Amino acid sequence: MTMAQEGMVPTPGTWRRLLRRRLALASLAIILLIYGAGLLAPWIAPHSFREIDLGNTFAGPSLEHPLGTDRLGRDVLSRLMWSAQTTVIVSASALVLGGLVWGTGLGLLAGYLGGRVDNIIMRLGDILFSLPDILLLLIITATVRPRVTDFFRDVERWTGLGGIVESGAPDYILVFAALSLFGWVGMARIVRSQVLALRESDYVLAARALGASSLHIILRHLLPNVSHLMVVAATQLLGTAAGAEVVLSFLGIGIQPPHPSFGSMIFEAAGPRNMLAHPNLIFAPAAVVGSLLMAFSFLGDALNDVLSPRRR
Amino acid sequence: MGRDQLWSYILRRLLWVPFILLTVSLVTFALGRFGPGDPVRVLAGQRADPETIQRIRQERGLDDNFFVQYARYLRGIFRGDLGISFKYYGLPVTEVVLPRLWVTFQYNLAALVLVFALGIPAGVWAATQQGTWRDPLIMGILLALAALPAVLVVPLLQYVFSLRLGWLPTGGWEVREFFGWLEVGLFSKTIVLPMLALGLPGAAGVARLTRAQTLEVLGEDYVRTARAKGLGERMVLMRHVLRNALLPLVTLMGFAMAALLSGSIILETMLGIPGIGSYAFEAVFARDYDGIMAVVLMGATAFVVANLVVDVTYAFIDPRVRLGGSPQA
Repeated sequence: MTMAQEGMVPTPGTWRRLLRRRLALASLAIILLIYGAGLLAPWIAPHSFREIDLGNTFAGPSLEHPLGTDRLGRDVLSRLMWSAQTTVIVSASALVLGGLVWGTGLGLLAGYLGGRVDNIIMRLGDILFSLPDILLLLIITATVRPRVTDFFRDVERWTGLGGIVESGAPDYILVFAALSLFGWVGMARIVRSQVLALRESDYVLAARALGASSLHIILRHLLPNVSHLMVVAATQLLGTAAGAEVVLSFLGIGIQPPHPSFGSMIFEAAGPRNMLAHPNLIFAPAAVVGSLLMAFSFLGDALNDVLSPRRR
Repeated sequence: MGRDQLWSYILRRLLWVPFILLTVSLVTFALGRFGPGDPVRVLAGQRADPETIQRIRQERGLDDNFFVQYARYLRGIFRGDLGISFKYYGLPVTEVVLPRLWVTFQYNLAALVLVFALGIPAGVWAATQQGTWRDPLIMGILLALAALPAVLVVPLLQYVFSLRLGWLPTGGWEVREFFGWLEVGLFSKTIVLPMLALGLPGAAGVARLTRAQTLEVLGEDYVRTARAKGLGERMVLMRHVLRNALLPLVTLMGFAMAALLSGSIILETMLGIPGIGSYAFEAVFARDYDGIMAVVLMGATAFVVANLVVDVTYAFIDPRVRLGGSPQA
C-alpha cells in the first residue's frame, strides 16, 4: 500500500481529476459492489450462511445454487455475500474506531497541542508502526478471545439478554478492536502533519485572536481542512483491515464458524486435495477478496496521485 | 550542520531501540502469562497428575510474582538464554528457533533476489516507456500483485504450478546436506513456491522506486550530455542512469527484510515449511511462553533495525530529514 504523503493539497479540480481515471472508477465500483452485497446480504442472499444440506454437498452450479455448495451443502454464493458482510462490519468498525476516533483524535491532539503530548503520541505510533503486526494480532486475539467471550457471557447473565455470544458479536468486536489498535497510526500522522502546517495559518491565528477556544478551532477550522486527506488514509485503512480480517480468520483466530468469513472459506477449501477436487470452492472467495484488495490498492494509488502536487 | 547532526540523529534513534524492545517484551510477556491456557498441561500431557504439574510449575518458576519472572527472563536474554520450549519437550528455545530461522532466511533471501531481479528491470523499462500504454500496464500489474496477501497467492501458485502443471511439489521443505551438518534448501524445488509467493507481490515497491528514480535521472543534464555526444541509448541507461537511480533502492532492502516474519506465518503454515513463521503460529497455540517471546522479540528487532537502517540511509541521502526532530519510522 502506498503511504499518503504529507503536504498533499486538494485543488478545485481534484475530484474531477479522480473521476477521469477509469481504473480508479472501476476500483470504486468494485468496492461499492462488494460492500453493497455485504450490506444487503440479509435481503438479497438466497440462503442463510448456516443452512446445511448434507444431501447436497459439493454440488456444481445450478439455478438453486448459482455457485454450487460446499462440503456441508451450504450455498456458496450466499456465503460469499455474508462474508462480505463480515468484511463490511469489521473494516467499517475498524475505520470508525481506529481511524476516526483514535487516529483523528490523537493526530489533532498531537498536532495542535504539540510539545510533550505530541511526543508521547507519535512515539507510541512509531513503536506500533515498527512491529510485526500480524504476529501481534495473532497473539492478542488468541490470548484475549476467551476472556472477551466470558465477559459477554457474564453480560448475558446480568442483563438477561440472550444470544450475544451466539450472534458472534464478541468475535467481531475483538477483531476490529485489535485492528484499530494498529490502524490509527497512518491517520494520526496525516492529520498531525496537516494540523502542524495549518496551526500557524492566518485564519487560525485570527480565530485565536478573536478568543476562540481550542476545541472550537479544532472542530471548526482544522478538521474541515484535513478531511480530504483523511479520505486517503481511510481508504488505506479499510483495505488493510479487510485484508487482515481475512488472514486472521484463515488462521482460525478471527471470525469463528459458523459465522462466515472469506478467510475461513479459503481455509476450508485450501490444501492440494481439496483444491484438486473442488477448485471452485477456493477460487470463488479468493477472487472476491483479490478484487477487493486490488481495488483498494488502485484507488489509494489514484487518490495519492491526484492529491500529490508533485506528480501533476 | 552536517556530520555532527547526522551522528546525533543516529544516536537519538539508537537510544530509542532498547526502549521499544523493552516495551514490546513486557506487553508480550504479560499477554502470555495472563492469557488463558496452561503450557504445563501441554507439556505434561492429558493424564498428568496434579503433583507432576505442581512440580513442573515450580521448576519453571511459574508460581513466582509476574515481575520476578519477567526480570528472570530479561537476565536470561543477556546471557544468551532464551528460555525453554514447552512445546518441544524441554528443548532450549534457541535450539528450536535457530534451525527454523535458517530455513526462513533461505527462502526469504531467494525471494529478495527475485524482488530485485524483477523489480529493477520492470521499473527501468516502465520509465523508458513513459507516455505509452506499456508503462501503466506493467506498473498496474505489479501493483495488483502487491495487493494480494499470501493467503491468496499461495493457493493460486499451488494450483497452477503443482496441481495443473505438475512442475513443483505442493509444499514441504527438502534440503541437501553439506559437510554433514549444513542443511541447505536453496537447490531444492520446494523453495520455488515460497520464493514466488513472497517475491511476486514484493516487486512492485522496487519497480515503483526504480521507475521514479530513473525518470528523475533521465531528466538530468549529464544524461542529455551523454546522449548529445552520441552514446547509444542502451549505454546511456546502463552507464549513467542505472548507476545513479539505484542508490535509494538500498533503503528497500530494509523493508523487504522486515516483511520477513509477518509474511512467513501464513506462507509456512500453508506450505508446511518448518520455519520461524510456522513455529510462531504453533507457539501461540501451545502457550509456549518463551517461544512466543523469542519470536516476537526477534521480529520486533528485525523491524526496528530495518526501520533504523532505512531512516539513517534517508538521512544520508536527504539532509532535510535530520532537521525534523521527529523520527518517522
